[in-house]
Amino acid sequence: MRFSIIVFPGSNCDHDCEYAIRQVLKNPVEMIWHKNTDLKNPDCVVIPGGFSYGDYLRTGAIARFSPIMESIFNFANKGGLVIGICNGFQILCEAQFLPGVLLKNKNLRFVCRNTYVRVDEVDTPFTNQCKNSSVLSMPIAHGEGNFFIDEEGLKKLEDQHQIIMRYCNSKGQITDESNPNGSLKNIAGICNQARNIFGLMPHPERVCEKELGGIDGQLIWQSISNS
Amino acid sequence: MSWHAKVYVVLKPSVMDPQGSTVQRALHQMGYSAIENLRIGKFIEVNFDQALQEQEVHKQLNEICDKLLANPNIETYQFQIERV
Repeated sequence: MRFSIIVFPGSNCDHDCEYAIRQVLKNPVEMIWHKNTDLKNPDCVVIPGGFSYGDYLRTGAIARFSPIMESIFNFANKGGLVIGICNGFQILCEAQFLPGVLLKNKNLRFVCRNTYVRVDEVDTPFTNQCKNSSVLSMPIAHGEGNFFIDEEGLKKLEDQHQIIMRYCNSKGQITDESNPNGSLKNIAGICNQARNIFGLMPHPERVCEKELGGIDGQLIWQSISNS
Repeated sequence: MSWHAKVYVVLKPSVMDPQGSTVQRALHQMGYSAIENLRIGKFIEVNFDQALQEQEVHKQLNEICDKLLANPNIETYQFQIERV
């Protein structure tokens, strides 16, 4: 599985993703500057976390117009896999690759801590190595992770099983206390209808080695690698 | 002379505004108890080349609001244009 990681001005999780893919997953990876239009023939595109364009105007709003985005659009339309993590998720929503929007956290604070998420859909290229309803421990670090979508959109997400993971407690229960940012229905990650584009706020690349506090993130990368 | 546009971008009523409600609570604590609702939006000033027709300025403003300045999922916008 060949990965291409998109680097925007302000991306800061790009090298963490590169490390997880190259050193832990042992898969080839290319770093692609956002001004380029050549994706270098990947099987999966990674839009990493960070603060593209300083989060100016709205998070992800300006990155959406980078030259590389059209190539990603064409790649995804042909069924190529795209994963957006944190700011990557925000960009995917702004670019309308995914429905909904990430609003300011309910408590208005930047929240940087570990969370638990329950994997509710394993029939995706991003979670096929997870057990149904399994609880993963992954950190979040964001100020705008409060997922919002209108009622009609939410119903569509639910009906089409696009809600991949939700914030939960360590036992896998979906509670208000375990919701770190006010996300609607505790949503932490969703996919598109075709199930080849995935956006999530938690950082799987930060929990790929025991020395760094956990290995649950490996499951996401292994799932992609196995699809 | 140029065209001066004032663009207002506000959250749709259905979208929660934690910033607005925090500011509202602070004002209540300061004694302004008559404040019933407070929402925070964005105010953007844009200048256009005076050579454009007003209609064209209008058209371009609608385009840039739809494409970038506002997110139609959560926001609405309006603008005013004047010659300055």
